[in-house]
Amino acid sequence: MAEDGRPGARVELSGWGWRHAGRDAHTLRGVDLVIDPGERVLLLGASGTGKSTLLHALAGLTGDDGAIGGDEEGLLLVDGERARRGRAGAALVAQDPESQIVMARAGDDVAFGPENLGVPPEGIRERVGEALEAVGFPYGPRHPTGALSGGEKQRLVIAGALAMRPRLLLLDEPTANLDPAGADLVRGVLGRLLERTRATMVLVEHRVAEVVDLVDRVVVLEAGGGVVADGPPRSVFADHGAALAAQGVWVPGHEPAPSTGAAPGGAVLLEAAGVAARTPPGLGVRVPPRRPVLENVDLAVRAGTATALTGPNGAGKSTLLTLLAGLARPYRGAVLPRGPLAAADRRPLARWPARRLARHVGTVFQHAEDQFVTGTVRDELRFAPLRAGRGARETEAWVGELLERLRLTALADVHPYTLSGGEKRRLSVATALSSGPSHAPDVLVLDEPTFGQDTRTWSELVELLGELRSQGRAVVMATHDGLLLRRLADVRVRVARGRAEETGRTAAEGGTRGRP
Amino acid sequence: MADREPGAPVADALTLDPPDDGGARYWLTRFNPAAKLVAAMVLGLGLVPAVDAVTGGVVLLGVLALVPFSGLDRRTLLVLGGPFLLMGLSSGLVNYLYGVEGLEGAVGAAVRLLAIALPGLIAAAGSDPTDLADGLVQRLGVPERPAMGVLAALRLLPLLADHWRTVTLARRARGLEAGRNPARMAALFFGRMFALLVRAIRTGTLMATAMDARAFGTGPRSRARHSRWGTGDTLLPVGALLLLAAAYALSARLGTLVLLFS
Amino acid sequence: MGTDTASGGTWADIRARALGWRTVDIVVAAVLGVAVGVVFWLWNIVWSVTTPLFVAFPPAQAAVYGMWLISGVLGGLIIRRPGAALLTSVAAASVSAVLGTQWGVMVLLDGTLQGILPELVFLAFGYRRWGMGAAVLAAAAAGISPAIRDNIAYNVTWPLHHQVVYGVIVVLSAAVIAGVGARLLTTALARSGALAPFASAKG
Repeated sequence: MAEDGRPGARVELSGWGWRHAGRDAHTLRGVDLVIDPGERVLLLGASGTGKSTLLHALAGLTGDDGAIGGDEEGLLLVDGERARRGRAGAALVAQDPESQIVMARAGDDVAFGPENLGVPPEGIRERVGEALEAVGFPYGPRHPTGALSGGEKQRLVIAGALAMRPRLLLLDEPTANLDPAGADLVRGVLGRLLERTRATMVLVEHRVAEVVDLVDRVVVLEAGGGVVADGPPRSVFADHGAALAAQGVWVPGHEPAPSTGAAPGGAVLLEAAGVAARTPPGLGVRVPPRRPVLENVDLAVRAGTATALTGPNGAGKSTLLTLLAGLARPYRGAVLPRGPLAAADRRPLARWPARRLARHVGTVFQHAEDQFVTGTVRDELRFAPLRAGRGARETEAWVGELLERLRLTALADVHPYTLSGGEKRRLSVATALSSGPSHAPDVLVLDEPTFGQDTRTWSELVELLGELRSQGRAVVMATHDGLLLRRLADVRVRVARGRAEETGRTAAEGGTRGRP
Repeated sequence: MADREPGAPVADALTLDPPDDGGARYWLTRFNPAAKLVAAMVLGLGLVPAVDAVTGGVVLLGVLALVPFSGLDRRTLLVLGGPFLLMGLSSGLVNYLYGVEGLEGAVGAAVRLLAIALPGLIAAAGSDPTDLADGLVQRLGVPERPAMGVLAALRLLPLLADHWRTVTLARRARGLEAGRNPARMAALFFGRMFALLVRAIRTGTLMATAMDARAFGTGPRSRARHSRWGTGDTLLPVGALLLLAAAYALSARLGTLVLLFS
Repeated sequence: MGTDTASGGTWADIRARALGWRTVDIVVAAVLGVAVGVVFWLWNIVWSVTTPLFVAFPPAQAAVYGMWLISGVLGGLIIRRPGAALLTSVAAASVSAVLGTQWGVMVLLDGTLQGILPELVFLAFGYRRWGMGAAVLAAAAAGISPAIRDNIAYNVTWPLHHQVVYGVIVVLSAAVIAGVGARLLTTALARSGALAPFASAKG
């Protein structure tokens, strides 16, 4: 880890700008910023303002030999020198732990950075031990990295950064991909660490409230421009909080408050009866046999009700969702249609033909891209109505209207994969929703629908789900999002240790428990 | 920091932990994986020219005798043994059905095929991938950066497999199903492949950025792990060569040796 | 679709590209191989039930062989550097070696051969042509490796004309499935924006 005696790095940017290869507009331009040794800075700005790009540039990753190509202008200095990756004392921790762990064993992974720096073997062993201890890694150095949870993996990633003894620590949404428990763990590690080290820290974080205690300065960036606000957190939020919130940034005290309407409640549409599921077949001959994920789960999904599945990552929320959506067969038991849904087909959902299933049960995947099946935004929206047998003219009118509503008209002919995160999410929900006006599926199943969204997309989504619920559709979602739970969830089901237990039910829904 | 991991060692496709005090059962796991690879290649390639049952049979028996010392557990033997025997059977069958040397030729072909494959199977199943990469890089001169790249990419195996399953479910969610139509099956397969490759490339790009941030390829590299190569590691390929020579000699002596294209 | 890059000595150009591997080239080439490798590994589990059919009628197996050869061609078309086809192909093979196959480490040899052969085709085009023609030729070249290997490993006692027919089917299958398939996938990937870090970003 950063030696306590060494001061942090000084960062200086003047007139700095960046334009991604193949883009016309600058992501950032005219950035003037000085960060003194040992300062802890939070970078803030709307989605797409180039916060991550700036972190990458500070880590020296934007040169010709890196993956991030583009044109740089102005000056960016770390300790008076142009940033050079790795060797200039900077270390980066990014969002997704999966893509940052390089080696199969924990100790080998932490050693990877020091090896690249040419540290002699004895020195590496010392650094690995220190770094693993600093993050409170609970296993030995030979522990397989593949067997770690998300939070443990991210702690290992931080250890890997510390082993390089950085004087500039760059953190790019380090807790975004973790469940609440994992995120708490990592924030705890970071808090303790920052007390011990004198390294300079620059942090990008989406959910500001959770990290505001870790920083002593907030810098606000503007898309295509430079620094628009700079100062202690309290004063920046007081002066610019409302403006930031209007741009979709999650600012403490400015949480969005969408109107969702009341939950009408209704009949049971889906019933999981004695459902059990196992892990998918393991890869390779050395893996252990399949183990149970869900055991004997009973669950009823009601119309006009939002049912939320909560619980730690890996406990089976997503598995239960795929079973409820009829996408996979349970190991034991069945998910059966009930009430109006049984009129379409009485068999267990998993045995429905795909076409019928898509008409009655819509699924929104955690990664929006997974569910795109065509090459343009327009085709993606045309897909369901055409397959449902609607006429060309009717379809075009409907698609045109949807494009307007999704604010995607200008992007109708681009590849869905090239959309921004918020646009992808809006499109993925639209594709799952309907084959035409007033043809929304009876049940909508969503996996972490609000993950990584700014407040604007978040509010639109919550309002849309509220509207569907008012129309009597059933909404089932797996989520960690506390605000979403408070705003929308009528029934909460905690999935943990193979069980699914109802943990809460709002008053509004309680009154409609009986059949209407 | 805990020196000992709590509980039993965790099973994982990418790591292998033979017990240090496992005795003769784990004799082969103590060799440098690179030495095992060379020995397997010697036997596998060395058997190509001989198509009779005796030459292959001698090697097969010799290598089979090593199985109890290879550290392979019963489960691995069962899982790999099935396809292994099936492969021998199928080779025998196609040679019997379509070949010109009748039953004798078919048996020879099957035995030879198994003898070519078995050393490789043992070498792979009893080696830790990281140790193998270290051996290849440090002892056999395989370029280090690509080797590290493959090792890093292998870490993504579970992630990519999960993703393949998700993409498959997502097609069903959108109402796509191949049924029994082969053209639609192919279209669906390439569609899923496309979705998987996009994710693979994105993840690979992120991983490359993370490796760059950790100074990969910025200058001379040191090595935390030293790949040991002892006398035994030299003797293993030599032993393989001797076994091969003995097999050829015996077969020639018995007059059973048949060479390829003869 | 053949994109010509700056002129100058072909050899100097190839040399520069062979030496200028960025981390992202290495890692994405390897990850591509692993992705293809894992698909076929899972695919094999599903299709192992059909093995008896293939066993009794080898041409059926030869006809779908092309699938298994897509990795090298795809790596070459996407990364566009000398050695990319080889690296991708070896990475794909290493998946089987790690997860477990009756061939064990010998698959690395297969992967190497199936990577070197398309590499030679790309070299013959000076690493400047990446269109459908180059892709199909590269894939056909990759098909030569299993065509010969199977005949000397499995089908040893077959009469020559059987072996030739088998080999031709394998090579044709490779050209069609791996060649055309890899080229179409590359175009689709470029359209999706995933290839932004590479020269293949424009298709």
